[in-house]
Amino acid sequence: MTVSGGETALFWVLAPLMTLAALGLIFVRRAVHAAICVMFVMVGMAILYVAQEASFLGVVQVVVYTGAVMMLFLFVLMLVGIDAADSLTETIRGQRWLGVLLGLGLAAVLLGVISAATFPPAVGLAEANAVTNPVALARVLLADYVLAMEVVGVLLVTAALAGLVLTHRRRISPKVTQRDLARERVAALPQGRTLTPLPAPGVYAQNNAMDTPALGPDGAPLEHSVPRVLRIRGQARSATAVLAAEESLVARELADAGLLTADADADDDGARADGARDAHQGEER
Amino acid sequence: MIPGVAADFSNDWLWVSAIKAVLIVVFLLTSVLFAIWFERKVVARMQVRPGPNWHGPFGLLQSLADAMKLLLKEDVNVTRADRVVYLLAPMISVFCSLLVFAVVPFGPEVTIPFTDYSTPAQLTDFPVAVLYVLACASLGVYGIVLGGWSSGSTYPLLGAVRSTAQVISYELAMGLSLVSVFIMAGSMSTSQIVASQAGIWWFLPLLPAFVVYVISMIGETNRLPFDLPEAEGELVSGYMTEYSSMKFAWFFLAEYINMLNVSAVATTLFLGGWRAPWPLSAVADGALNTGWWPVLWFLVKLWAVMFVFVWVRGTLLRLRYDQFMVFGWKVLIPVALAWVVVLSVFQYLGLAGVTRTQLITGVVVAGALVVGLLWLWPDRRGAPPGAEEGADGASGADGAGFDAFAGGYPVPPLPGQTLPPSPRARRRVPPAAVGATDTGSATDTTAVDRSEETR
Repeated sequence: MTVSGGETALFWVLAPLMTLAALGLIFVRRAVHAAICVMFVMVGMAILYVAQEASFLGVVQVVVYTGAVMMLFLFVLMLVGIDAADSLTETIRGQRWLGVLLGLGLAAVLLGVISAATFPPAVGLAEANAVTNPVALARVLLADYVLAMEVVGVLLVTAALAGLVLTHRRRISPKVTQRDLARERVAALPQGRTLTPLPAPGVYAQNNAMDTPALGPDGAPLEHSVPRVLRIRGQARSATAVLAAEESLVARELADAGLLTADADADDDGARADGARDAHQGEER
Repeated sequence: MIPGVAADFSNDWLWVSAIKAVLIVVFLLTSVLFAIWFERKVVARMQVRPGPNWHGPFGLLQSLADAMKLLLKEDVNVTRADRVVYLLAPMISVFCSLLVFAVVPFGPEVTIPFTDYSTPAQLTDFPVAVLYVLACASLGVYGIVLGGWSSGSTYPLLGAVRSTAQVISYELAMGLSLVSVFIMAGSMSTSQIVASQAGIWWFLPLLPAFVVYVISMIGETNRLPFDLPEAEGELVSGYMTEYSSMKFAWFFLAEYINMLNVSAVATTLFLGGWRAPWPLSAVADGALNTGWWPVLWFLVKLWAVMFVFVWVRGTLLRLRYDQFMVFGWKVLIPVALAWVVVLSVFQYLGLAGVTRTQLITGVVVAGALVVGLLWLWPDRRGAPPGAEEGADGASGADGAGFDAFAGGYPVPPLPGQTLPPSPRARRRVPPAAVGATDTGSATDTTAVDRSEETR
């Protein structure tokens, strides 16, 4: 059993990159970057698995670990919003030095084992994969080790159920369904609530801020189209104010262009924005 | 020859694979241009308007013009964006979407014109090819998630979070629906699955799995009615809100390639792959299933599934997010799971020597038994009186009764109000007591009882 040239090349391209990514996991400052590094290491490992004819393991590694587990990590990271401002203080005294010491010990043990080991040529891959890799794996897992598989399965189901139980919250009031909400809206009609969403604030050619009321079909300004907060603060503008601002603007522009005449009819020129004119009419009514 | 794979790649040298890979990329890019035009045209026809009809014949060059516009637009970088990830995200999306077609069989062994050289119309295949497709799909989500996160903005982040939850949930249903194909075909290699459909296409015997797959494939590609990660009405355009120019175009490209991917998988796994449809497959002793004809059938089926995408988009409204999740977890996954169990039982019985006639008889008898039982089942006890009003009373609409959980918090009764009996006491208020108190508290009693039933 020899290693082909392509596989060697693949290894020497992937292995340094994976080592870099693994180091990145330790040294990178933001949690999401660390997650990306882990993802890269996982995919790299999957590629190496496939290159070593363990195609099922390689692909399942990506589907399960990269696709689901890492994704959930990322999900939580994004929800919690861990940032560069993470506290780096030690919670346990001397934890860092202890970690370094243990790491060095592990490295020493691993180096010792690897340097002392002899690597006989690998045998048995062809026999193991004779009936295709997934089938052979299925025979091992679901025939020879079926009890262990079942036990692990039960364990996982128990853990999932425990997760459900721990996050379960008793409902203390009846669930409000869409039907209930609709009924409530209809029931509240006499109190002045509307069935439809509130109208959006007015958008006029001169301004599109939220502080100006929209105009109803009859041309009257709809005060409740301005957000309640602005109304309470007294920051809502009336349509008349918008119109006045618009008129002064038009007058200034006309003066700039040297077209201003003493004629008062200029008011009804097409120069004015349609919305503003509507607002004007609305006010008159 | 790879064991467990129907297609024979032993003749393929490296450069043959390279040419096939380039052809696949070219096919995908042109198909995306066509798909955008196709979608706009079909949706337009459904909405009784002409659609793009200005550039080129039938407006075919419209999407080319749009692509050029995107290329030439200013590339805006958001100040608060995480620059590296912001650039990486669309790349991941496109890269992963391009990978899937490597294992999709366009046809059987084809002979290159003017030569004797024959090769499978497929880049590669291996015993776990369909799992590889799932792996590529699950990696592609990283593009969306990281893109949303790195934009440093609220709407993209919300879109990304939604997308994560959505894809994880719908991938489960999708995987489960594919399992039944694996059971029937006895393989996860795409060429082998197509070979196993020589008799009957799997979408007929595996109809429930096919339906689950079609629904979950729409969820997986974030298309209407499941396009919650980019819901315009709620999230501007979700994870790609802050993207512009070519980076946006990459996301766009990835979305359409993903549509092609899942359509191709549906075609390969359920719709007979490159096999000619029934009346044509009988012509001249299967001559239409050889040579270059199968590529045509494959493309026809692919675009038929693409049409379903557009059809659904033109017809259905976007779901609310919670309804969507409930649908995925409480309907699709249980259905897919139950179907796998049923199918495994049938498959086991088949292997154990039960004939098809016996199986069908058994199913009919069991079905009749179930229907009979349902028919004879006693009616549910009548709904508790005032259940409807109970709901109103609990939501505080009539205002007269005492709501023990006003605003979601337990509150004590005010003077003149009485505490409803504790649901833990497991007793109902005797009718006399109801008469003594006001009607509001009676309705609350039923409301509390009902809430206990739902626990």
